[in-house]
Amino acid sequence: MTNAAIVVEICYFAAAVLFILALKWMSSPATARRGVIAGEVGMLLAVVGTLLRAEVVNYELIIVAFLIGSAIGVPLAYLMPMTAVPQRTALSHAFGSLAAALIGTAEYYRHTPHGFVMGALVVETLLGFLTFTASLMAFGKLQEILPTRPITYKGQNVVNLSLLAAAAVIGVILIMNPERTELFPIFCGLALLFGVLLIVPIGGADMPTVIALLNSYAGLAACAMGVALDNKLLVIAGALDGSSGFILSIIMCRAMNRSFTNVLFGAFGQVVTLSKAQEARPYRSASAEEAASILDAARTVVVVPGYGLAVAQAQHKIRELHDLLTKRGVDVRFAIHPVAGRMPGHMNVLLAEADIPYDKLIEMDDINSEFPQTDVALVIGANDVTNPAARTDKTSPIAGMPILNVDQARTVMVIKRSMSPGFAGIDNDLYYMEKTLMLFGDAKGFVASLVKELGAGVHA
Amino acid sequence: MGIDIVVLYVFMLAGFVGFEVIRRVSPLLHTPLMSLTNAISAISVVGAILITGAEGATWLSKTLGFIAVMAATINIVSGYLITDRMLKMFKKRGGSGEGGGQ
Repeated sequence: MTNAAIVVEICYFAAAVLFILALKWMSSPATARRGVIAGEVGMLLAVVGTLLRAEVVNYELIIVAFLIGSAIGVPLAYLMPMTAVPQRTALSHAFGSLAAALIGTAEYYRHTPHGFVMGALVVETLLGFLTFTASLMAFGKLQEILPTRPITYKGQNVVNLSLLAAAAVIGVILIMNPERTELFPIFCGLALLFGVLLIVPIGGADMPTVIALLNSYAGLAACAMGVALDNKLLVIAGALDGSSGFILSIIMCRAMNRSFTNVLFGAFGQVVTLSKAQEARPYRSASAEEAASILDAARTVVVVPGYGLAVAQAQHKIRELHDLLTKRGVDVRFAIHPVAGRMPGHMNVLLAEADIPYDKLIEMDDINSEFPQTDVALVIGANDVTNPAARTDKTSPIAGMPILNVDQARTVMVIKRSMSPGFAGIDNDLYYMEKTLMLFGDAKGFVASLVKELGAGVHA
Repeated sequence: MGIDIVVLYVFMLAGFVGFEVIRRVSPLLHTPLMSLTNAISAISVVGAILITGAEGATWLSKTLGFIAVMAATINIVSGYLITDRMLKMFKKRGGSGEGGGQ
């Protein structure tokens, strides 16, 4: 080993240690920012180490690519509103997997590897290309460029699975005979197409799981690249990302009481519409003035936020409501369902952005036992995660899904635009309960009028 | 087999380490966790640099490598910056909570 090679190895080794520490420090908000710094230093060492390697002789293109990449990356990080974080995440999965796929392609045409390396390369390209188009589709759905409802047709699963099987067969042929270069573009094409078709039947409510799964694939693609290049740092970093995405998708699946296969092939929310004849059931509604006086009289309030809060960008108004009520001695907390929103942890980031202290954001398992002692549960833009049918009705499509036990609170208030059913198309029995008050309006607008009513009360 | 089987052992061990470490991450931080791991998986920039900067790289290698370096850099830069931007927002009670800090 030359001296330079030793320096490179030390850089890579230190980078691997720092990446593991980075994730370890993410365990608590108190150390998390230190984790980011560890990750940054690790990445810097990895890049510097690579540039020092004897194989790298041309720097111009690399530097230009660094500059362009940074010029795009910086505004992407600072100008992106927090409500658009799921889209940004999908987009970055697309970039990451594209990089892996292109490197695999370039490696293939450079020296047509054999055996083990070719196997890793096939896995890398397959995962890379399919994650690329799948993430772009997810981005399109989250950005609402594409229809967010699941799109299904007869025989969809058969088409998808045979496409994947075809890609796998060609992949195996390529591993056996890497010289058959005419097959490689077909292989890439099939992977790209499969990625598109995989996301077509997936609806918005399943996005948290799918984003986590794509995160995992992007990591595994980087990992396969590491195996192909015999680079242990790549393998470690890729495996960390892969297992992170995998754990998150398991958590999301559990929070919806569904399996992976069900998320990927089940197309949630298309069957239900017929099941309940639309008999008009009685419900109670209230004005902002009435709702404000009930909130004012309460001692404990639990706010249940959902995706509707993100859509209405109501987080800052909710913070004002939180401040006003807190000032009047009301205990206000937030109940966070794991799949509320469009990606894991979405609600926490939105509420933190509005300066709501994170010790007021309570996880489902911790807050559920407290609903019976809660005076008012205020549901804002959440629906299916509060539906008691998940506990009681075995025939419901969401039966068995863990929910927030909002129905056990003394009074329930639901801010909602109309009585139309939620994403899964399931009617919510919560809305027809004796103690439930429906507050009709846009989330942001209604919370603003609550704030106004409460504020007026203070000064009067 | 031409390649060192050790990488597979590394993969297995790193997978388990990842599993144990990430299981402990508070659900509060799942979104920043995802953007951080995303930035870390842009480690593929290493492979991209090796392809792009290699001696006698063909125009195909150079083009693909160039796009790959760019895509990975976007993820590194935006991934770390947005993670930090999000984490800065997570505050404990006090400061802005009581009226004054608008």
